[in-house]
Amino acid sequence: MNCYQCPDCGYIYNEAKGDAHEGYPSGMKFAGLPEEFVCPDCAVRYKEDFVCIETPQ
Amino acid sequence: MKVYTFDSPDKGQITYRDSKRHLWLASMVYPLVAVSGIGLYMVTGSEWSFLAPLVFIYGVSTLFDAIFGVDTSNPPEELVSQLEEDRYYRWLTYLTIPIHYIVLLTLAIFVGTQSVSMLSVLALAITGGIYSGLGLVTAHELGHKKSRLERNLAKIVQAVPAYGHFCLEHNRGHHRDVATPEDPASSRMGESIYQFVRREIPGAFKRAWKIENDRLERNGKNVWSMDNEILQSYALTAVVQLALIASFGWIMVLFLAVHNFWAWWQLTSANYIEHYGLLRKKEASGRYERCQPYHSWNANHVFSNILLFHLERHSDHHAHPVRRYQCLRDFPELPSLPTGYFGMFVAAYIPPLWYRIMDKRLMALPHVAGNLDNVNVQPGKLDALLARYPRQAEVLDTSFHQTEAAAA
Ligand SMILES: [Zn+2]
Repeated sequence: MNCYQCPDCGYIYNEAKGDAHEGYPSGMKFAGLPEEFVCPDCAVRYKEDFVCIETPQ
Repeated sequence: MKVYTFDSPDKGQITYRDSKRHLWLASMVYPLVAVSGIGLYMVTGSEWSFLAPLVFIYGVSTLFDAIFGVDTSNPPEELVSQLEEDRYYRWLTYLTIPIHYIVLLTLAIFVGTQSVSMLSVLALAITGGIYSGLGLVTAHELGHKKSRLERNLAKIVQAVPAYGHFCLEHNRGHHRDVATPEDPASSRMGESIYQFVRREIPGAFKRAWKIENDRLERNGKNVWSMDNEILQSYALTAVVQLALIASFGWIMVLFLAVHNFWAWWQLTSANYIEHYGLLRKKEASGRYERCQPYHSWNANHVFSNILLFHLERHSDHHAHPVRRYQCLRDFPELPSLPTGYFGMFVAAYIPPLWYRIMDKRLMALPHVAGNLDNVNVQPGKLDALLARYPRQAEVLDTSFHQTEAAAA
């Protein structure tokens, strides 16, 4: 399980937790998120902009 | 005044003092302007008093922008996190929320209980709409933040102008699509505000509804559920406004209709002037280039920025949407408006004046370089605009023909 971080605002998508508010269940892989995914917090970074980080910072 | 300091390993000690720190308290005084018409009326007995707040907003504030000028100070990057964490600033935004409810109720109760002429009711409703439009500025500041608390407060304050879809639409819709032809909240060159509003209001609602519908669908919920954040805010609006109508009768229907429309119109006006004609380029991947500082119009005037929580430092806001108002920065060489928002609103309401002020500014921007291909143009206006601003090749072409004609 990996974490992916928004390089602008710092939002972290943790695959282990998912994002319940956004409707992504726990265990959902980042790769499995829709292609039109944008950062849920700032909305100005696309899916391909996210940076894989090993553990939450 | 509070001094922020940071010991930088290479730059030595960096200090910063926010020269606007106490000026931000104006957000606590400003509601007095909204009710000043009623106060003046009580003193003078003249219904002309109700025009005072309108004269202040659309006239005096522009004069003050000219008198007090611009402020170019910026917090150093190293101190932004300290400034972000200073709770004084966010408390000011929280405190405006009850004030928005109080002002709306004060105006509504006055209209509901006093007998004044229809024109006075109209002036009071417009005044209320302008102030509730500023409620959307508070909602904007709060709705961009990550905390549940601030996002919930945003939903509460955007219920005052009856614009429950604002934060969703603005954060997830407008910020994603800004300065593209697809964005109903970015105006195009040659598009008057009266054409724009007919695209903006329905377009923004549809986009917000789709974003929320998709989110609820992923959660396995129906869009018509109490988890719908748009409906939560509108439910609050319904409670307040239906209670007013039940208390004061049909006059409230008129008052609230004008109030709500004018608050929405404030947002329309801001959207109209913030990105007029600016265009992001489409990349080979099919995505639009990232929003750049030159994709927003800015005003750096002290007076109107204080009223608007630095909204006029718009480029930095689009670069870093979650950054708090006190930390937004001004940069030289940004697309800039000749005066603050309220003065520019008035210009926008007179389309020939607006085009006269803005079209040449737009075409003169370094990244536009006089080329309409770099501009978000209203379909149908392209030929007329090309006649005024021909493509470079065509300029060369005509000058060649002229030289030929001169030679002959
Ligand atoms: Zn982000």
